[in-house]
Amino acid sequence: MATLRFAGLAIDKMPYWRCPVGPATDAILMHRFANPARFLKIARPLTGWLFWLGLFLLLIGAACGLFVTPADYLQGQTVRILYIHVPAAWLGMGGWSGIAIAALMQLVWRHPLAAIAGRAIAAPGALFTAICLMTGSIWGRPTWGTWWEWDGRMTSMLVLFFLYLGYIALANASARQGQQGGVSNVTAIFGLVGAVNIPIINRSVVWWNSLHQGPSITLRGSSIDGSLLWPLGLTLLGFSLLFGAIVLMRMRAILAENKVEARMQRLARG
Amino acid sequence: MNQWAFVIAAYAVTLAGTALVSLISWRGMRSAERRADQLSDRG
Repeated sequence: MATLRFAGLAIDKMPYWRCPVGPATDAILMHRFANPARFLKIARPLTGWLFWLGLFLLLIGAACGLFVTPADYLQGQTVRILYIHVPAAWLGMGGWSGIAIAALMQLVWRHPLAAIAGRAIAAPGALFTAICLMTGSIWGRPTWGTWWEWDGRMTSMLVLFFLYLGYIALANASARQGQQGGVSNVTAIFGLVGAVNIPIINRSVVWWNSLHQGPSITLRGSSIDGSLLWPLGLTLLGFSLLFGAIVLMRMRAILAENKVEARMQRLARG
Repeated sequence: MNQWAFVIAAYAVTLAGTALVSLISWRGMRSAERRADQLSDRG
């Protein structure tokens, strides 16, 4: 029987090729990067580019947000916290969305890098969720007169932070038990189920009465004046690129640790 | 309290957190890849 090939890969020989609907193009492309060596060939140069470009955009955006844009007519100087608070919220929620996608790829397509990606996203995702909560609290004190309020947006964001902690604990426990990439199927299911919190966070300001303002930026436009809005694009892109670089660094570390572990086991067996 | 104090506190928290996670991730990657390379060199 002839071997089915696409882009130099023997598709039907892949142990993780169990797609019941047949080889779809997107799945073939997804498995093109299933090989760690092929992934590392791209990840190594990309890490530095993402990091330095992200840092550059972030610093430019933050400097413009601090010293170039005018103060808001209602919030005064505290509006400048927007330029770090919004990207942190975006990355906290985006990070968990990434974990859910990785979990789906792990459970359905058994993609060998999906578990590693999920584990790599967890720590920076948790950090940016914590930054979102802290900067929101710092902004809330002069604006609302309180550090914290148990309303829909803040509570659901706090739940997201606890979900991250749970995921990290489960992934670490899986890693100690020697699961591939450190993420067991139970951890992946937890990542998938936890994604239900993402639309809740997003819609919380619409569904419940909240101190938090409604959606300021939607597909239909922005309620924030253009003179205040433009540095947000720079910090949003800068933080996102930096987040990507951090995830790649952590994926590379896990792949190297797995390589050392496999080598040590082979040596121990003689 | 001066509004700038809140702004500076928020930026300091963000800067410290981002720098810390970047540094930890970079050091983790460097040491793991060095160990893997040393093992490969030994054959």
